Amino acid sequence: MILLETMAAGAISYAWLMIAVPAVSAALLLLLGKAADAWGHWLGVLAALASFAVAVACFGQLLASAESAREVTVPLFTWITTPTWHIDAALLIDPLSILFALLITGVGSVIHIYSVGYMAHDERKRRFFAFLNLFVAAMLILVLSDNYLVLFVGWEGVGLASYLLIGFWQHKPSAAAAAKKAFVMNRVGDLGMTMSVFTMLALIGSSSFADVNAAAAKLPWGWVTAIGFFLLLGACGKSAQVPLQAWLLDAMEGPTPVSALIHAATMVTAGVYLVVRSHAIYAETEAAALAVCVVGAVTLLVGAWIGCSKDDIKKVLAGSTMSQIGYMMLAAGIGPAGWAFAIFHLLTHGFFKANMFLGAGSVMHAMGDDVNMRNFGALRKAIPITFWTFAMGYLAIIGFPGFAGYFSKDHIIEAAFEHGPAFGIIAILGAGVTAFYMTRLMLMTYFGEARWEKDIHPHESPLTMTVPLMILAAFSVIAGFLMNGWISGWLNPGLGVAEHEAEWLPTPVGLVTLVVIAAGVFLGWQLFGKKPVPKEVPDTSNPLVIAGRNDVFGDAVNSALAVKPTMLLADTTVANDTWIIDRGVDGLATGFLELSRVGRKVQTGQVRSYALFMAVGVFLVGVLVIVGQLG
Amino acid sequence: MNPDLVLWLAAILFGIGALGLMTRRNALVAFMCVELMLNAANLVLVTMSNVHGGLDGQVAAFFVMVVAAAEVTVGLSIIVMVYRSRRSTSVDAANLLKQ
Amino acid sequence: MIPLTIETDIVFWICGPLMVAGAFGLVLFRKAVYSALSMAFVMVNLAALYAAMGAPLLAAAQIIVYTGAIMMLFLFVLMLVGVDRADSLVETIKGQRVWTALAAIGVAGLIIAGIGHVAAASAGLDSANEAYGGNVQGLAAMLFNRYVFPFELTSALLITAAVGAMVLAQHARLTPKKTQAERAAERMEAYATAGVHPGALPNSGVIARHNSIATPALLPDGSISGESVSEVLLGRGAIVDTPALSALTAANFAGVAAELEGEEPPVPPALDTGPKPASLEGATPADTAELAPESGASDAAVEDEEESK
Repeated sequence: MILLETMAAGAISYAWLMIAVPAVSAALLLLLGKAADAWGHWLGVLAALASFAVAVACFGQLLASAESAREVTVPLFTWITTPTWHIDAALLIDPLSILFALLITGVGSVIHIYSVGYMAHDERKRRFFAFLNLFVAAMLILVLSDNYLVLFVGWEGVGLASYLLIGFWQHKPSAAAAAKKAFVMNRVGDLGMTMSVFTMLALIGSSSFADVNAAAAKLPWGWVTAIGFFLLLGACGKSAQVPLQAWLLDAMEGPTPVSALIHAATMVTAGVYLVVRSHAIYAETEAAALAVCVVGAVTLLVGAWIGCSKDDIKKVLAGSTMSQIGYMMLAAGIGPAGWAFAIFHLLTHGFFKANMFLGAGSVMHAMGDDVNMRNFGALRKAIPITFWTFAMGYLAIIGFPGFAGYFSKDHIIEAAFEHGPAFGIIAILGAGVTAFYMTRLMLMTYFGEARWEKDIHPHESPLTMTVPLMILAAFSVIAGFLMNGWISGWLNPGLGVAEHEAEWLPTPVGLVTLVVIAAGVFLGWQLFGKKPVPKEVPDTSNPLVIAGRNDVFGDAVNSALAVKPTMLLADTTVANDTWIIDRGVDGLATGFLELSRVGRKVQTGQVRSYALFMAVGVFLVGVLVIVGQLG
Repeated sequence: MNPDLVLWLAAILFGIGALGLMTRRNALVAFMCVELMLNAANLVLVTMSNVHGGLDGQVAAFFVMVVAAAEVTVGLSIIVMVYRSRRSTSVDAANLLKQ
Repeated sequence: MIPLTIETDIVFWICGPLMVAGAFGLVLFRKAVYSALSMAFVMVNLAALYAAMGAPLLAAAQIIVYTGAIMMLFLFVLMLVGVDRADSLVETIKGQRVWTALAAIGVAGLIIAGIGHVAAASAGLDSANEAYGGNVQGLAAMLFNRYVFPFELTSALLITAAVGAMVLAQHARLTPKKTQAERAAERMEAYATAGVHPGALPNSGVIARHNSIATPALLPDGSISGESVSEVLLGRGAIVDTPALSALTAANFAGVAAELEGEEPPVPPALDTGPKPASLEGATPADTAELAPESGASDAAVEDEEESK
């Protein structure tokens, strides 16, 4: 490993600390064992905060520097040197990655603090914070690396952290199974990632973003499309997009902070990051870009659909997450017009969805870890801080004018309309459905009559949990407003975004969107606000509801398409092994055994018999020789 | 004289030796049959030496004798050893090789 | 070079049939020693044939090495393992004889077919022998020139064979030798458990004219002690009949005692008074014949026993 001189100056030259601090902290927490039980969680919080501080410093330096100097590469060391390839581990600090770093470390820090309260009574919280730190480090490697291969290291690192944290309560079989499911389905996506990296190395000889972007235009169309599809497969796996969406709902088995950090705000958006980062590839291939749009649009609807029919508050939010990431993918696939909006929505979503997940955690805290909304109701009086912060998130996600989601989602819908009316209509429809199911969630949880179990006494969460909620609620309100006029320009040099001035006033499309949203809210109120919510799940013959309750049959599809054929193949292989290979070998062996039973009678042990055989042999060989010479 | 006759004699002696080797159970007799076969071979060598008019055949027969002497020394001591342990010189008794 | 002057054909037609007959004798005699003698006979005839075929040195070597050394070695070993045992000629392996006969005839026929048709006339050894002034000189020249390396190798072979024979023939002791203390302890053990007499066995008897180990000792009552002679001799019945021998002496003593008492001495049963060597010698053959009457029969019995094994 050869350490490389850095050319960067100032805070950016210390950017590696962002990764190193949480990584070292994770290692310490894991290695120190019980010695760190008492204070380990605070070390984890400090590590996240330190990382956040470095990110802020880097961000400040980028803000201060000229627009053309905002893309800084910080070489670290030579990682792989072969006669063919030379791969340096380097950090790329540019407007895109620093925004991600800020989101990861900022929201990450807030969630770390929240976890101190949430996990206070868990015996293994030191380990939990170690995994959280590991996740932060891996996620930062993913977003800060300057080439696909190092990105893949982070990609696998977050997969590992996700696996460990989903299965954190591994004593529950459902959690262990969910962790395995997430891991296995992510492997499918990782196949796409590895294939794309291999293709790049084979065709371009380098995996760095700069080289790939430069070479993308020169590649044959077939290969660039292949890379595009490989990357999309990887993105689908990591971001729970159709067809690899099934793991995200089960991933809610993990502790709620994990759902907020990994499965809402950061890791699941890695796919969007990947697609945006690879914009040069998708600029060259219409087919792959269209596929990204289609995947995004389909997931947008499927996620919203699932969100409408679930009673588990976390699963509703998980469906919502899928749906919102579908928006981002749609935007990312639209092309230069949509990239900035994808990132914009990603950031605002990071805030309000983390806010709502943490709020859901707070509700669960109040309700004795119950997640069934049919057991909630009328909680706004019992847990007012949670209610109000959650309401901010609610308004943000449905796109209430002025809130964070309004700006970002509105841009995406408009861009989708410009790209194709079908995508625009799906996006607007999705916005309406989002409004419906979020209204349902709000009404079932906080309004109506109390449907609590007898021994439940809802209580507000401690400050360590409510303060993060307040911070995130504040950002849910103001983030859109803060970034609306700024983000396109900020990302412009990094992404080559065409100047697309964000309007402040609603356009006609925006107005239609608002109407659809209002309709969704009204419908939700009609169905769940006016009449009491039944405590039992009502029977229904509506196929849409049944499909939604069954995750749109994602597991059934997986089972039919992947599991069953694999099992069949395995069974066939076993049968083949048992009946053909084993029996064949056994038969061969038995045959030789029987043959030797006959043959060993020749071996009498009598020297004279052997002499006779030899004499006969000599005679026969002699005859052969003589006959041969005659002929 | 006709050397063919001597060669036929040698072949007959060789055949008788082989016959005895394969039929007699006494190891000593079998061993003597081997010697008879060696002698038959020697006879061929001497005859051929005569036919070709060179002495190489006789030298070869000479070497055969030397080798036979060495072989007899070792072979007989093996027979003695077997006899000492098994109280028998029957070649059929030493049939541990079977199966 | 007298042998060379003999007409080869005559020698061949005399020696050849004799050799074949001897070879059959080797195969067919039941007693191994007869087989060995047949083999020696074949070898001597072969030597004669060698001599007639212009190989006098080989003829000499044949007699000295084969007949003299190798066959005598065979006879030594035969004596070691039992010289007068006759082998059973019953075949135990099914079909062995038929197939052996076929194979032997086949191999012989093969040899005849393969090399039995050389040029009708032989070149003769005269010119080769004369090159060095004789057959022996010619062979010497070849051995020590062209064949000197194989010749040296044979010395290595011979010494290896000699060492190997010594190693093989050496009797390896499998158990440690018993000490005198152990033997004494064993003897007392046998006395304690089986009542075996622990002391020395009685000596063989000493009678006036017989003190060989075949003479059993007399017990006080006049009977013989079986333990005083070798078990082997006892088993063969080859012991001197001591009571019969001592009977004469006893009679003489009785006569002397009677004379001293003034009575007429009783006439000895078979002899006149006074020792008479001739009569005694006359008695000895009868004794020995009587003493070892069934030696042949018992030998046969032993052989039968071994054959049945």
